[in-house]
Amino acid sequence: MSNSALFLVVLITAIFMVFAALLLAKWLAPTSANPLKGEPYECGIPTRGTSWAQFKVGYYLFAILYLVFDVETVLLFPWAVIMKDVGVQGLVLVSFFLIILALGLAYAWKKGALQWM
Amino acid sequence: MFHFEVVTNWIDALLREHLSEGWTLLIEFILIGVVILTVYSVLALILIYLERKVCAFFQCRIGPNRVGPFGVLQSVADMVKILLKEIIKINKVDPFLFRLACYLVIIASICTFGAIPFDKGLQAVDFNIGVFYLLAVSSIGVVGILIAGWSSNNKYTLIGAMRSGAQLISYELSCGLSLLAIVVLSGTMQLSQIVEQQADAWFIFKGHIPALIAFIIYLIAGHAETNRGPFDLPEAESELTAGYHTEYSGIQFGFFYLAEYLNMFIIAAIAATVFLGGWMPLHIPGWESFNGIMDYIPPVLWFLGKTFFCIFLALWVRWSFPRLRIDQLLSLEWKILMPISLINILLMTLLVL
Repeated sequence: MSNSALFLVVLITAIFMVFAALLLAKWLAPTSANPLKGEPYECGIPTRGTSWAQFKVGYYLFAILYLVFDVETVLLFPWAVIMKDVGVQGLVLVSFFLIILALGLAYAWKKGALQWM
Repeated sequence: MFHFEVVTNWIDALLREHLSEGWTLLIEFILIGVVILTVYSVLALILIYLERKVCAFFQCRIGPNRVGPFGVLQSVADMVKILLKEIIKINKVDPFLFRLACYLVIIASICTFGAIPFDKGLQAVDFNIGVFYLLAVSSIGVVGILIAGWSSNNKYTLIGAMRSGAQLISYELSCGLSLLAIVVLSGTMQLSQIVEQQADAWFIFKGHIPALIAFIIYLIAGHAETNRGPFDLPEAESELTAGYHTEYSGIQFGFFYLAEYLNMFIIAAIAATVFLGGWMPLHIPGWESFNGIMDYIPPVLWFLGKTFFCIFLALWVRWSFPRLRIDQLLSLEWKILMPISLINILLMTLLVL
Protein backbone atom coordinates (compact mmCIF):
# COMPACT_ATOMS: atom_id res chain seq x y z
CA MET A 1 0.00 0.00 0.00
CA SER A 2 1.43 3.39 -0.90
CA ASN A 3 1.79 6.02 1.78
CA SER A 4 -0.15 8.63 -0.14
CA ALA A 5 -3.24 6.40 -0.23
CA LEU A 6 -2.89 5.78 3.50
CA PHE A 7 -2.54 9.50 4.15
CA LEU A 8 -5.76 10.03 2.20
CA VAL A 9 -7.46 7.40 4.39
CA VAL A 10 -6.34 9.20 7.55
CA LEU A 11 -7.51 12.54 6.14
CA ILE A 12 -10.94 11.12 5.24
CA THR A 13 -11.16 9.57 8.71
CA ALA A 14 -10.56 12.99 10.29
CA ILE A 15 -13.19 14.69 8.12
CA PHE A 16 -15.65 11.85 8.74
CA MET A 17 -15.17 12.12 12.50
CA VAL A 18 -16.05 15.84 12.63
CA PHE A 19 -18.91 15.43 10.16
CA ALA A 20 -20.43 12.45 12.00
CA ALA A 21 -20.15 14.10 15.41
CA LEU A 22 -21.78 17.32 14.14
CA LEU A 23 -24.60 15.28 12.55
CA LEU A 24 -25.11 13.30 15.75
CA ALA A 25 -25.23 16.49 17.80
CA LYS A 26 -27.77 17.92 15.37
CA TRP A 27 -30.10 14.98 16.01
CA LEU A 28 -29.53 14.72 19.75
CA ALA A 29 -29.10 18.30 20.93
CA PRO A 30 -32.09 20.55 21.63
CA THR A 31 -32.51 23.92 19.93
CA SER A 32 -34.39 26.97 21.13
CA ALA A 33 -34.49 30.31 19.35
CA ASN A 34 -33.80 33.44 21.40
CA PRO A 35 -32.40 36.68 19.95
CA LEU A 36 -30.31 37.42 23.05
CA LYS A 37 -28.50 34.09 22.79
CA GLY A 38 -26.85 35.15 19.56
CA GLU A 39 -25.13 38.20 21.08
CA PRO A 40 -21.32 38.05 21.33
CA TYR A 41 -20.22 36.81 24.75
CA GLU A 42 -19.00 39.83 26.69
CA CYS A 43 -19.68 41.49 30.03
CA GLY A 44 -23.46 41.60 29.62
CA ILE A 45 -23.81 44.98 27.91
CA PRO A 46 -24.19 45.01 24.09
CA THR A 47 -20.89 45.16 22.13
CA ARG A 48 -19.75 48.57 20.96
CA GLY A 49 -18.10 49.04 17.59
CA THR A 50 -16.85 46.35 15.25
CA SER A 51 -15.40 43.13 16.59
CA TRP A 52 -12.44 43.21 14.22
CA ALA A 53 -10.32 45.45 16.41
CA GLN A 54 -6.97 46.93 15.41
CA PHE A 55 -3.79 45.18 16.44
CA LYS A 56 -0.34 45.83 17.76
CA VAL A 57 2.37 45.79 15.12
CA GLY A 58 4.36 43.44 17.38
CA TYR A 59 2.45 40.36 16.22
CA TYR A 60 3.20 41.29 12.62
CA LEU A 61 6.94 41.57 13.25
CA PHE A 62 7.02 38.16 14.92
CA ALA A 63 5.14 36.67 11.97
CA ILE A 64 7.76 38.03 9.54
CA LEU A 65 10.63 36.72 11.68
CA TYR A 66 8.89 33.36 11.87
CA LEU A 67 8.67 33.20 8.08
CA VAL A 68 12.44 33.69 7.72
CA PHE A 69 13.39 31.10 10.30
CA ASP A 70 10.81 28.53 9.23
CA VAL A 71 12.07 28.61 5.65
CA GLU A 72 15.55 28.20 7.11
CA THR A 73 14.45 25.00 8.89
CA VAL A 74 13.00 23.69 5.62
CA LEU A 75 16.34 24.29 3.89
CA LEU A 76 18.31 22.66 6.70
CA PHE A 77 16.39 19.36 6.71
CA PRO A 78 17.78 18.02 3.39
CA TRP A 79 21.29 18.90 4.56
CA ALA A 80 20.71 17.07 7.86
CA VAL A 81 19.82 13.85 6.03
CA ILE A 82 22.97 13.77 3.87
CA MET A 83 25.16 15.37 6.53
CA LYS A 84 27.49 12.34 6.85
CA ASP A 85 28.15 12.27 3.09
CA VAL A 86 28.95 15.96 2.55
CA GLY A 87 31.13 16.06 5.67
CA VAL A 88 33.24 19.04 6.69
CA GLN A 89 32.70 20.97 3.47
CA GLY A 90 28.94 20.87 3.99
CA LEU A 91 29.35 21.88 7.61
CA VAL A 92 31.38 24.95 6.63
CA LEU A 93 28.79 26.01 4.05
CA VAL A 94 25.90 25.48 6.47
CA SER A 95 27.75 27.41 9.18
CA PHE A 96 27.94 30.38 6.81
CA PHE A 97 24.20 30.08 6.26
CA LEU A 98 23.53 29.86 10.00
CA ILE A 99 25.84 32.80 10.76
CA ILE A 100 24.02 35.02 8.26
CA LEU A 101 20.71 34.05 9.87
CA ALA A 102 22.09 34.61 13.36
CA LEU A 103 23.21 38.08 12.23
CA GLY A 104 19.63 38.67 11.05
CA LEU A 105 18.31 37.66 14.45
CA ALA A 106 20.89 39.91 16.15
CA TYR A 107 19.83 42.82 13.92
CA ALA A 108 16.16 42.32 14.77
CA TRP A 109 17.09 42.09 18.46
CA LYS A 110 19.17 45.30 18.30
CA LYS A 111 16.40 47.13 16.44
CA GLY A 112 13.95 46.20 19.19
CA ALA A 113 11.69 43.95 17.11
CA LEU A 114 11.86 41.34 19.89
CA GLN A 115 10.89 43.94 22.51
CA TRP A 116 7.25 43.76 23.56
CA MET A 117 6.18 47.31 24.39
CA MET B 1 9.68 -9.84 21.31
CA PHE B 2 6.06 -9.83 20.22
CA HIS B 3 5.43 -7.25 17.50
CA PHE B 4 2.05 -6.09 16.32
CA GLU B 5 3.29 -6.73 12.80
CA VAL B 6 2.29 -10.37 13.35
CA VAL B 7 -1.36 -9.44 13.85
CA THR B 8 -1.53 -7.00 10.93
CA ASN B 9 0.22 -9.39 8.56
CA TRP B 10 -2.12 -12.19 9.63
CA ILE B 11 -5.19 -10.04 8.89
CA ASP B 12 -3.71 -9.06 5.53
CA ALA B 13 -2.99 -12.68 4.55
CA LEU B 14 -6.44 -13.83 5.70
CA LEU B 15 -8.21 -11.18 3.62
CA ARG B 16 -6.08 -11.84 0.53
CA GLU B 17 -6.83 -15.54 0.75
CA HIS B 18 -10.60 -15.11 0.56
CA LEU B 19 -11.14 -11.86 -1.34
CA SER B 20 -9.93 -10.10 -4.46
CA GLU B 21 -7.31 -7.32 -4.41
CA GLY B 22 -9.76 -4.41 -4.47
CA TRP B 23 -11.96 -5.69 -1.65
CA THR B 24 -8.92 -6.44 0.50
CA LEU B 25 -7.66 -2.87 0.14
CA LEU B 26 -11.11 -1.44 0.85
CA ILE B 27 -11.58 -3.51 4.01
CA GLU B 28 -8.08 -2.68 5.20
CA PHE B 29 -8.65 1.04 4.66
CA ILE B 30 -11.90 0.87 6.63
CA LEU B 31 -10.15 -1.08 9.40
CA ILE B 32 -7.39 1.54 9.59
CA GLY B 33 -9.98 4.31 9.85
CA VAL B 34 -11.95 2.52 12.58
CA VAL B 35 -8.81 1.73 14.59
CA ILE B 36 -7.57 5.33 14.37
CA LEU B 37 -10.94 6.74 15.45
CA THR B 38 -11.25 4.28 18.35
CA VAL B 39 -7.73 4.77 19.67
CA TYR B 40 -8.05 8.54 19.25
CA SER B 41 -11.26 8.80 21.27
CA VAL B 42 -10.25 6.28 23.94
CA LEU B 43 -6.92 8.06 24.46
CA ALA B 44 -8.76 11.38 24.79
CA LEU B 45 -11.02 9.93 27.50
CA ILE B 46 -8.04 8.43 29.36
CA LEU B 47 -6.08 11.69 29.14
CA ILE B 48 -8.93 13.82 30.44
CA TYR B 49 -9.44 11.45 33.38
CA LEU B 50 -5.67 11.34 34.02
CA GLU B 51 -5.37 15.12 33.94
CA ARG B 52 -8.19 15.57 36.44
CA LYS B 53 -6.85 12.91 38.80
CA VAL B 54 -3.22 14.10 38.68
CA CYS B 55 -4.30 17.72 39.13
CA ALA B 56 -6.43 16.68 42.09
CA PHE B 57 -3.50 14.92 43.78
CA PHE B 58 -1.26 17.96 43.24
CA GLN B 59 -3.90 20.08 44.96
CA CYS B 60 -4.56 17.57 47.79
CA ARG B 61 -8.06 16.69 46.54
CA ILE B 62 -9.57 13.36 45.48
CA GLY B 63 -10.78 14.35 42.02
CA PRO B 64 -13.62 12.60 40.14
CA ASN B 65 -14.75 9.54 42.17
CA ARG B 66 -18.52 9.18 41.72
CA VAL B 67 -19.16 7.77 38.22
CA GLY B 68 -17.92 4.18 38.06
CA PRO B 69 -15.07 2.74 40.17
CA PHE B 70 -12.62 5.54 41.09
CA GLY B 71 -14.54 7.81 38.71
CA VAL B 72 -13.11 6.22 35.57
CA LEU B 73 -16.40 6.66 33.70
CA GLN B 74 -16.53 10.39 34.46
CA SER B 75 -15.06 11.44 31.10
CA VAL B 76 -17.42 9.06 29.24
CA ALA B 77 -20.34 10.77 30.98
CA ASP B 78 -18.89 14.17 30.06
CA MET B 79 -18.60 13.11 26.42
CA VAL B 80 -22.25 12.06 26.30
CA LYS B 81 -23.24 15.30 27.99
CA ILE B 82 -21.34 17.45 25.50
CA LEU B 83 -23.08 15.67 22.60
CA LEU B 84 -26.47 16.52 24.12
CA LYS B 85 -25.71 20.25 24.52
CA GLU B 86 -27.24 22.85 22.24
CA ILE B 87 -25.06 24.37 19.50
CA ILE B 88 -25.87 28.08 19.82
CA LYS B 89 -26.08 30.12 16.62
CA ILE B 90 -24.19 33.41 17.09
CA ASN B 91 -25.21 36.54 15.17
CA LYS B 92 -22.90 37.81 12.43
CA VAL B 93 -20.43 34.90 12.51
CA ASP B 94 -18.99 33.74 9.20
CA PRO B 95 -20.76 30.34 9.10
CA PHE B 96 -18.38 28.67 6.65
CA LEU B 97 -15.17 29.67 8.43
CA PHE B 98 -16.75 29.00 11.83
CA ARG B 99 -17.34 25.34 10.85
CA LEU B 100 -14.09 25.04 8.89
CA ALA B 101 -12.07 25.85 12.02
CA CYS B 102 -13.36 22.68 13.77
CA TYR B 103 -12.40 20.57 10.77
CA LEU B 104 -8.90 22.05 10.48
CA VAL B 105 -8.07 21.57 14.16
CA ILE B 106 -9.17 17.91 14.14
CA ILE B 107 -7.54 17.19 10.75
CA ALA B 108 -4.20 18.54 11.99
CA SER B 109 -4.33 16.41 15.09
CA ILE B 110 -5.54 13.14 13.49
CA CYS B 111 -3.11 13.36 10.56
CA THR B 112 -0.22 13.77 12.99
CA PHE B 113 -1.61 10.99 15.14
CA GLY B 114 -1.60 8.63 12.13
CA ALA B 115 2.16 8.96 11.71
CA ILE B 116 3.10 7.93 15.25
CA PRO B 117 4.80 4.50 15.41
CA PHE B 118 3.10 2.66 18.27
CA ASP B 119 4.85 -0.57 17.34
CA LYS B 120 6.47 -2.28 14.37
CA GLY B 121 3.61 -2.42 11.86
CA LEU B 122 1.28 -0.35 14.01
CA GLN B 123 1.76 2.93 12.19
CA ALA B 124 -0.77 4.15 9.63
CA VAL B 125 1.41 6.52 7.59
CA ASP B 126 5.16 5.94 7.36
CA PHE B 127 6.57 8.56 4.98
CA ASN B 128 10.29 8.67 4.28
CA ILE B 129 10.08 12.35 5.28
CA GLY B 130 8.31 11.46 8.56
CA VAL B 131 9.74 14.17 10.85
CA PHE B 132 9.11 16.81 8.22
CA TYR B 133 5.55 15.53 7.71
CA LEU B 134 4.87 15.82 11.45
CA LEU B 135 6.02 19.45 11.53
CA ALA B 136 4.11 20.33 8.36
CA VAL B 137 0.79 18.75 9.30
CA SER B 138 0.76 19.86 12.92
CA SER B 139 1.12 23.50 11.85
CA ILE B 140 -2.27 23.34 10.06
CA GLY B 141 -3.74 23.62 13.55
CA VAL B 142 -2.53 27.22 13.80
CA VAL B 143 -4.62 28.14 10.76
CA GLY B 144 -7.66 26.53 12.39
CA ILE B 145 -7.15 28.52 15.58
CA LEU B 146 -6.68 31.83 13.72
CA ILE B 147 -9.81 31.18 11.63
CA ALA B 148 -11.79 30.27 14.76
CA GLY B 149 -10.86 33.54 16.43
CA TRP B 150 -11.42 35.65 13.33
CA SER B 151 -14.81 34.28 12.35
CA SER B 152 -16.46 34.39 15.79
CA ASN B 153 -17.37 38.11 15.79
CA ASN B 154 -16.02 38.64 19.30
CA LYS B 155 -13.11 40.70 20.59
CA TYR B 156 -11.98 38.12 23.12
CA THR B 157 -11.70 35.40 20.49
CA LEU B 158 -9.79 37.66 18.10
CA ILE B 159 -7.22 38.66 20.72
CA GLY B 160 -6.95 35.08 21.94
CA ALA B 161 -6.39 33.80 18.40
CA MET B 162 -3.69 36.40 17.67
CA ARG B 163 -1.85 35.56 20.90
CA SER B 164 -2.18 31.89 20.17
CA GLY B 165 -0.90 32.37 16.63
CA ALA B 166 2.16 34.35 17.80
CA GLN B 167 2.91 31.72 20.43
CA LEU B 168 2.41 28.65 18.24
CA ILE B 169 4.46 29.88 15.30
CA SER B 170 7.29 31.05 17.57
CA TYR B 171 7.64 27.78 19.46
CA GLU B 172 7.29 25.73 16.29
CA LEU B 173 10.77 26.94 15.32
CA SER B 174 12.40 25.49 18.42
CA CYS B 175 10.45 22.26 17.97
CA GLY B 176 11.69 21.98 14.40
CA LEU B 177 15.30 22.83 15.25
CA SER B 178 15.51 20.37 18.13
CA LEU B 179 14.10 17.58 15.93
CA LEU B 180 16.62 18.65 13.26
CA ALA B 181 19.44 17.94 15.71
CA ILE B 182 18.25 14.34 15.95
CA VAL B 183 17.88 14.07 12.17
CA VAL B 184 21.54 15.12 11.94
CA LEU B 185 22.43 12.30 14.33
CA SER B 186 20.32 9.61 12.66
CA GLY B 187 20.70 10.66 9.02
CA THR B 188 17.11 9.76 8.19
CA MET B 189 13.70 11.35 8.56
CA GLN B 190 11.63 8.16 8.43
CA LEU B 191 10.17 7.54 11.89
CA SER B 192 10.34 3.73 11.70
CA GLN B 193 14.04 3.90 10.79
CA ILE B 194 14.73 6.41 13.55
CA VAL B 195 13.26 3.89 16.00
CA GLU B 196 15.20 0.97 14.46
CA GLN B 197 18.48 2.87 14.90
CA GLN B 198 17.89 3.12 18.64
CA ALA B 199 17.98 -0.66 19.19
CA ASP B 200 21.34 -0.60 21.00
CA ALA B 201 20.98 2.75 22.77
CA TRP B 202 18.38 5.50 22.77
CA PHE B 203 19.29 8.75 21.01
CA ILE B 204 19.21 10.68 24.28
CA PHE B 205 22.16 8.49 25.46
CA LYS B 206 23.80 8.16 22.04
CA GLY B 207 23.83 11.90 21.37
CA HIS B 208 25.53 12.92 24.65
CA ILE B 209 25.03 16.56 25.68
CA PRO B 210 23.51 17.95 22.41
CA ALA B 211 20.75 15.33 22.43
CA LEU B 212 19.95 16.14 26.05
CA ILE B 213 19.78 19.87 25.24
CA ALA B 214 17.55 19.12 22.24
CA PHE B 215 15.29 16.95 24.40
CA ILE B 216 14.82 19.66 27.03
CA ILE B 217 14.19 22.34 24.38
CA TYR B 218 11.71 20.03 22.66
CA LEU B 219 9.84 19.43 25.92
CA ILE B 220 9.58 23.18 26.65
CA ALA B 221 8.63 24.15 23.09
CA GLY B 222 6.24 21.22 22.71
CA HIS B 223 4.57 22.15 25.97
CA ALA B 224 4.05 25.67 24.65
CA GLU B 225 2.71 24.25 21.36
CA THR B 226 -0.17 22.62 23.23
CA ASN B 227 -1.30 25.95 24.80
CA ARG B 228 -1.10 24.54 28.28
CA GLY B 229 0.51 25.08 31.61
CA PRO B 230 2.48 28.27 32.19
CA PHE B 231 2.04 29.02 28.48
CA ASP B 232 -1.79 29.12 28.40
CA LEU B 233 -1.99 32.83 27.57
CA PRO B 234 -4.43 32.35 24.67
CA GLU B 235 -6.93 31.02 27.19
CA ALA B 236 -6.09 33.28 30.13
CA GLU B 237 -9.55 33.19 31.69
CA SER B 238 -9.17 36.34 33.75
CA GLU B 239 -8.40 38.40 30.63
CA LEU B 240 -10.02 36.64 27.69
CA THR B 241 -12.73 34.32 29.13
CA ALA B 242 -11.82 31.27 27.04
CA GLY B 243 -9.68 32.71 24.24
CA TYR B 244 -10.26 31.66 20.65
CA HIS B 245 -13.03 29.15 21.43
CA THR B 246 -15.21 31.44 23.58
CA GLU B 247 -18.13 31.43 21.10
CA TYR B 248 -18.11 27.69 20.41
CA SER B 249 -20.70 25.60 22.21
CA GLY B 250 -21.68 21.95 22.48
CA ILE B 251 -19.74 19.46 20.39
CA GLN B 252 -18.01 22.24 18.43
CA PHE B 253 -16.25 23.25 21.64
CA GLY B 254 -15.64 19.55 22.23
CA PHE B 255 -13.49 19.37 19.10
CA PHE B 256 -11.12 22.04 20.39
CA TYR B 257 -11.00 20.33 23.77
CA LEU B 258 -10.29 16.95 22.15
CA ALA B 259 -7.58 18.36 19.90
CA GLU B 260 -5.89 20.07 22.86
CA TYR B 261 -5.61 16.85 24.86
CA LEU B 262 -4.57 14.75 21.86
CA ASN B 263 -1.92 17.33 20.94
CA MET B 264 -0.47 16.80 24.39
CA PHE B 265 -0.33 13.07 23.66
CA ILE B 266 1.18 13.63 20.20
CA ILE B 267 3.94 15.90 21.52
CA ALA B 268 4.78 13.35 24.24
CA ALA B 269 4.68 10.51 21.71
CA ILE B 270 7.06 12.30 19.33
CA ALA B 271 9.42 13.02 22.22
CA ALA B 272 9.28 9.32 23.17
CA THR B 273 9.82 8.19 19.56
CA VAL B 274 12.62 10.50 18.59
CA PHE B 275 14.56 10.84 21.85
CA LEU B 276 13.58 7.93 24.10
CA GLY B 277 13.67 5.11 21.58
CA GLY B 278 10.00 4.67 20.64
CA TRP B 279 8.97 1.06 21.22
CA MET B 280 12.55 -0.12 21.73
CA PRO B 281 13.17 -1.64 25.18
CA LEU B 282 15.88 -0.27 27.47
CA HIS B 283 19.18 -1.95 26.63
CA ILE B 284 22.43 -1.48 28.52
CA PRO B 285 25.49 -2.71 26.56
CA GLY B 286 27.12 -5.67 28.34
CA TRP B 287 24.21 -6.53 30.63
CA GLU B 288 22.96 -9.51 28.61
CA SER B 289 20.53 -11.01 31.13
CA PHE B 290 19.06 -7.57 31.94
CA ASN B 291 18.50 -6.93 28.22
CA GLY B 292 16.87 -10.33 27.89
CA ILE B 293 14.38 -9.58 30.66
CA MET B 294 13.60 -6.16 29.13
CA ASP B 295 12.82 -7.85 25.79
CA TYR B 296 9.93 -9.75 27.42
CA ILE B 297 7.94 -6.54 27.97
CA PRO B 298 5.81 -5.92 24.82
CA PRO B 299 7.00 -2.96 22.69
CA VAL B 300 3.57 -1.28 22.81
CA LEU B 301 3.85 -1.11 26.59
CA TRP B 302 7.34 0.40 26.30
CA PHE B 303 6.02 3.05 23.93
CA LEU B 304 2.99 3.89 26.07
CA GLY B 305 5.10 3.92 29.22
CA LYS B 306 7.55 6.45 27.79
CA THR B 307 4.73 8.56 26.37
CA PHE B 308 2.82 8.67 29.63
CA PHE B 309 6.03 9.54 31.45
CA CYS B 310 6.39 12.61 29.18
CA ILE B 311 2.70 13.43 29.68
CA PHE B 312 3.17 13.26 33.44
CA LEU B 313 6.08 15.74 33.13
CA ALA B 314 3.77 18.08 31.19
CA LEU B 315 1.04 17.81 33.83
CA TRP B 316 3.57 18.37 36.60
CA VAL B 317 4.80 21.57 34.95
CA ARG B 318 1.27 22.73 34.24
CA TRP B 319 0.09 22.53 37.82
CA SER B 320 3.31 23.86 39.38
CA PHE B 321 4.08 27.17 37.64
CA PRO B 322 2.12 30.42 37.34
CA ARG B 323 1.21 31.82 33.92
CA LEU B 324 3.82 33.90 32.01
CA ARG B 325 3.25 37.35 30.50
CA ILE B 326 3.24 37.61 26.69
CA ASP B 327 6.55 39.51 26.56
CA GLN B 328 8.22 36.94 28.84
CA LEU B 329 6.80 34.18 26.67
CA LEU B 330 8.12 35.59 23.40
CA SER B 331 11.52 36.60 24.77
CA LEU B 332 11.96 33.10 26.25
CA GLU B 333 11.58 31.70 22.75
CA TRP B 334 13.41 34.26 20.62
CA LYS B 335 16.20 35.28 23.01
CA ILE B 336 16.93 32.00 24.80
CA LEU B 337 15.62 28.83 23.15
CA MET B 338 16.20 29.91 19.56
CA PRO B 339 19.94 30.84 19.82
CA ILE B 340 20.59 27.76 21.98
CA SER B 341 18.96 25.44 19.45
CA LEU B 342 20.89 27.03 16.54
CA ILE B 343 24.19 26.44 18.37
CA ASN B 344 23.03 22.99 19.40
CA ILE B 345 22.74 21.90 15.77
CA LEU B 346 26.36 22.87 15.11
CA LEU B 347 27.43 21.04 18.29
CA MET B 348 25.58 17.93 17.16
CA THR B 349 27.21 18.12 13.72
CA LEU B 350 30.67 18.35 15.27
CA LEU B 351 29.84 15.37 17.46
CA VAL B 352 28.70 13.23 14.52
CA LEU B 353 31.55 14.15 12.17
